[in-house]
Amino acid sequence: MPKMLMTGNAAVGEAAIRAGCQSYYGYPITPQNELTEYMAANLGRRPGCAFVQAESEIAAINMVYGASVAGVRTMTSSSSPGISLKQEGISYLAACQLPAVIVNMSRGGPGLGSISAAQSDYFQSTRGGGHGDYRTIVLGPGSVQELADLTHHAFELTDKYLIPVIILGDGMLGQMMEPVEFSHEAPEVPPVRQDALRGAKGRPSRFVRTFTSNPPDLEEVNWSLFRRYQLLQKNEVMWENYMTEDARLIVTAFGIAARIAKGAIKQARANGLKIGMFRPITLWPFPGEQLKALSKKTKFFLDFEMNMGQMIEDVKLSLEGAGDVSFHGRPGGVIPTPSEVLRVITRIYYQKGLS
Amino acid sequence: MKKVFTRPVSLKNAVFHYCPGCGHSIIHRITCEVIDELGIQDRTIGVPPPGCSVFAYYYFDVDMVESAHGRGAAVATGIKRAYPESIVFTYQGDGDLAAIGTTETLHAANRGENITAIFINNAVYGMTGGQMAPTTMLGMKTTTSPFGRDGKLEGHPIKMSEILAQVEGSCYVERVAVNSPANIRKAKKAIKKAFQNQIDGRGYSLVEILSPCPTNWKMSSVRAWEWVDEVMSREFPLGVIKDTTGKRSAD
Ligand SMILES: Cc1ncc(C[n+]2csc(CCOP(=O)(O)OP(=O)(O)O)c2C)c(N)n1
Ligand code: SF4
Ligand SMILES: [Mg+2]
Repeated sequence: MPKMLMTGNAAVGEAAIRAGCQSYYGYPITPQNELTEYMAANLGRRPGCAFVQAESEIAAINMVYGASVAGVRTMTSSSSPGISLKQEGISYLAACQLPAVIVNMSRGGPGLGSISAAQSDYFQSTRGGGHGDYRTIVLGPGSVQELADLTHHAFELTDKYLIPVIILGDGMLGQMMEPVEFSHEAPEVPPVRQDALRGAKGRPSRFVRTFTSNPPDLEEVNWSLFRRYQLLQKNEVMWENYMTEDARLIVTAFGIAARIAKGAIKQARANGLKIGMFRPITLWPFPGEQLKALSKKTKFFLDFEMNMGQMIEDVKLSLEGAGDVSFHGRPGGVIPTPSEVLRVITRIYYQKGLS
Repeated sequence: MKKVFTRPVSLKNAVFHYCPGCGHSIIHRITCEVIDELGIQDRTIGVPPPGCSVFAYYYFDVDMVESAHGRGAAVATGIKRAYPESIVFTYQGDGDLAAIGTTETLHAANRGENITAIFINNAVYGMTGGQMAPTTMLGMKTTTSPFGRDGKLEGHPIKMSEILAQVEGSCYVERVAVNSPANIRKAKKAIKKAFQNQIDGRGYSLVEILSPCPTNWKMSSVRAWEWVDEVMSREFPLGVIKDTTGKRSAD
């Protein structure tokens, strides 16, 4: 397959269609409109597929819920303020154990915030986001190619574990153009889940619900979810070690921030500084053991995020005191340059006496 | 011996949890009769709400999925678009459809989603203990309008059926009541037509049903039935509000 030049937003749309996504529901918000528009143009008129520009993000996520109940692969996308509105629906999806893929091309917050790329939704994404005792799988892509690959992976994961998947991108990833290659063709006959509600034909009627008047029943549901969360932690964590072998200082960063940090690290290496990077790809489950393993060789970490320090909590929890963690963050949708990060890296490297 | 009365096949053999004299039980039964008569039990998917009817899936013997409060029309949209062969109905209270779910309802109707809405107007929030609903009568005392609903402060009873009749996508809107055998028969006819419209692919149908809530109205069941005639149906007149199908009610 030849490489195509696409925006991250369009690449997610194309990858979703190739993963057999049959229904997409969205509501306009910058910086993810290209994705909604891609689905309008390329999914809506496909036989057996559905595209609706919903009246709100609340409606869109509930359409996703309905489509998932009916057994088809389904997706919605938005950006930060819209993702807040979807949280009610995500909580219901989690409770009903319904698969769905939710894309957040996040922007600066709080409030209406800015339309520029930011990573301020890490907490919201990795801590469940809505009400109740649940988690979602959270994927943090760092390039347009990875957006495409992880979109496909997201549909596989959500169907396998019956847990909604959040793809936590950002406005920059969504809108930048890069060459991308798709490794799958759209299936001739998209899959329909076995446990779909499609009418009680040849079987007893079924219902999908969350409400119970008997708390122990709900506790069972919580336990069942948590057993699956443990499986995820064991089997599905993804991460990247970049030049960590001999590193004396390891940068921890995800998504677009990791991309910026990589530029800084290359330059630092050229300057003779031994810097590496640990990049979580699954933000939840967080690759904590894999990070902890690195602390055997180095004790110095620099957490870099485009927010005021959110993933750093997982970094510190994972290291369990085994590392000295500094922080550099730029919130609000300000996009730092590699040379800014290089300056921070260099300062900390010398301050900590690592030369 | 000729059988003259039996439980509808689509109604499970379960004891209703509804209060004595509650309209929900009657509406469940006649909806199930309609599902039986149209032969659609094996492709019907119901969407009940949070509200007194939250456990409707214990009674309807069809596939059902709980919706979040007010989101029934959006959930139904998702199901119907994913699986157009299904017959999808929402079952919604007045708090659900006319307050928190107004947006989803209006836009589903405007898109002409080919679904059926059964809208239970009992003028209160039943499940949460009798708070004021958007459909509460002026002057009516509820737990959150303890001095009687004052239009200047709390707004007026909202007429969702008339509003929904305004949009292009709705094909049929009728208001009925379940407070007498004659009215119950009319209500059933309307429900049947609303389902038939969906089978015929005509778009959004809604049946609003004035439904007694003796418990929160603090009335006997008999008095509640009378009150529907004397008070409620004056504010919410019964009858067909919109019908673009060119067909008379089924049978
Ligand atoms: C988001 C949200 N807000 C509030 C509630 C609490 N709640 C449950 S049912 C209900 C209203 C019920 O009234 P109505 O829709 O008129 O149905 P009825 O019980 O009268 O049949 C409310 C407010 C909820 N479940 N979810
Ligand atoms: S509170 Fe009212 S609506 Fe609810 S079950 Fe009792 S009578 Fe019916
Ligand atoms: Mg009510």
